[in-house]
Amino acid sequence: MSSAAGATPAAGATPTPAAAGGTSPRRPRPGGEVLFPTRAQYGGLVRSLRDEGFEMCADLCAVDYLAHPGRTLPEGVTPERFEVVVNLLSLSQARRVRVRVQVPADDAVLPSLFDVYPGTEAMEREAYDLFGVVFEGHPDMTRILLPEEWEGHPLRKDYGVGRVPVQFKGAPGPR
Amino acid sequence: MSETTPPDAHPDAHLPPPPSGGASDDDRSAAGGPRSLVVETSEGPQELGRRTATAGAELRREAGAVLRLPEGVAVDPSEIDVEQSDDETMIINMGPQHPSTHGVLRLMLELDGETVLRTKPVIGYLHTGMEKTAEELTYVQGSTNVTRMDYLSPLHNELVLSLAVESLLGVEMPPRCDWIRMLLVELNRVSSHLMWMATNGMDIGSTSMMIYGFREREMILAFFEKTTGLRMNHNFIRPGGTAADLPDGWEDDVAIICDTVLPRTDEYDELLTGQPVFRQRSEGIGNISAEEALALSLTGPILRSTGVPWDLRRSMPYLRYDEVEFDVIVGTYGDNFDRYSIRLNEIRESVRIIRQIVEKMPAGDYRVQDKKVTPPPRARIDESMEALIHHFKVYTEGFRVPEGEVYVAVESPRGELGCYLVSDGSPKPYRMHIRGPSFVNLQGLPLMMRGGLVADAVAVCSSVDPVMGEVDR
Repeated sequence: MSSAAGATPAAGATPTPAAAGGTSPRRPRPGGEVLFPTRAQYGGLVRSLRDEGFEMCADLCAVDYLAHPGRTLPEGVTPERFEVVVNLLSLSQARRVRVRVQVPADDAVLPSLFDVYPGTEAMEREAYDLFGVVFEGHPDMTRILLPEEWEGHPLRKDYGVGRVPVQFKGAPGPR
Repeated sequence: MSETTPPDAHPDAHLPPPPSGGASDDDRSAAGGPRSLVVETSEGPQELGRRTATAGAELRREAGAVLRLPEGVAVDPSEIDVEQSDDETMIINMGPQHPSTHGVLRLMLELDGETVLRTKPVIGYLHTGMEKTAEELTYVQGSTNVTRMDYLSPLHNELVLSLAVESLLGVEMPPRCDWIRMLLVELNRVSSHLMWMATNGMDIGSTSMMIYGFREREMILAFFEKTTGLRMNHNFIRPGGTAADLPDGWEDDVAIICDTVLPRTDEYDELLTGQPVFRQRSEGIGNISAEEALALSLTGPILRSTGVPWDLRRSMPYLRYDEVEFDVIVGTYGDNFDRYSIRLNEIRESVRIIRQIVEKMPAGDYRVQDKKVTPPPRARIDESMEALIHHFKVYTEGFRVPEGEVYVAVESPRGELGCYLVSDGSPKPYRMHIRGPSFVNLQGLPLMMRGGLVADAVAVCSSVDPVMGEVDR
């Protein structure tokens, strides 16, 4: 990660599959490296990782840390409410790297990776749909799973689960 | 383009004007941003707008021109070889209730005569918020939830969740557990590919193939029923092991399945591979290059059909896949025929793996004997107070998983099935994200269908093998 553009490497501070023991110490599962760029470094870091041989963006998802603010983060990383986690995969080196970028709640905007990895198109729309993180530069930043007129972003922690009251036979109705 | 178009000569003029008049035309041309993609037609709003409205980035993505461009190079959309005339095109909806979309997938196709110009997959009809539900369920209950995502390979879903949880727990499974899991997921791969052969046969008009595929799949499902109690949605592979050991006489059952399925693949070969109609409908249809597939994050048989030998079982082995011999099947042209051949031959490779598993199956425990993770056997509850407490705790409260986050991926029949799991130290996952291969692979559709015939759209969609339960989750 020489060209990691000043991002903070995990340096063992975050439990990775290898660090946590994995299912099998006999064969540590590859792909534990985690990088924590700031929002300003994010686009450049991903671009330099692609040039380093990470040909594919395997996954992109968001996490809402509203109910778990005291999570373990390496030194120098300010925890924010949202975190976008990008999983890059290098087929040539058979190796994975995770990029975790903090996104504040009052300004949940992140540059889109669409120009670097066009395959993030649907994933970024999903993160926008379910978390409300806006990806700037995305060609079609619309909801993907929920209807267009849906209010709120259901995977946020302050969004209720919702339930339908059980109707018992013979019980008086709601009115 | 849009500057030269007078407001009256609307590109969608071939459609009958809405009965209420064309007053909305001016509103549309005035509006900007993505909202303006909604076009009011006689059949209600259609979200695939005029071509001029979507010229830029989306067009580049369709053409694949955005792939691996040096920084700072801008692509002029007009340089891309796309029909620019709007007056002869027509937008039709295929689905969401189309028999060939394998569930509730809606494809918006822009057609020029019979040629598909643009495709937009519209998904979400089966969205049930399973990732939200997962946050309300304990790790013990979690596999009941994920098994319903990709309902054609439920055991892979259970496996990827279990591996992620066990990775955070830091427990190692006993060898027999790994081998039982491998046996089941490989059988599941065979049944999933058989199902694909069946539905793909139906999509391109071979109803015999449909009957044959379902017939063989039923054998495997019967074995699953005997082993797990259910034909589908097994909840058998759980964090901490499997729910039970294999039933008595499983070797014979598996041997019968192998001895039946393997010769039957030769029959499918005879039925389809050499058949001129099948070859004409699949060769050179739905082409995609390796570069495009990588850029669009496509995995599984689609990526392998372009010649990239990427199979997580080989490249990043999990379970005991490094102890069995098998070949990674790759194609050359990235067309429908390659994807068909890959799946057919993967059935054979899976049978080869299953036979090795039967030979190598070790004796031992089928789950980890960690009392905090695994409920005690029923007999122990009558004897031991401790066992009763552990049993009660595991089933009411669940077990606690150390704080952390992990991404684990396995090779499902459709591609890379990943699970990103965040734990805050409680018995419920803080966040569980499933990277569904079908969800990502659908992004390849616009590229694969572009320039093809509308009749082939069904075949291309089928060759992607999307499972909507996993796409929408």
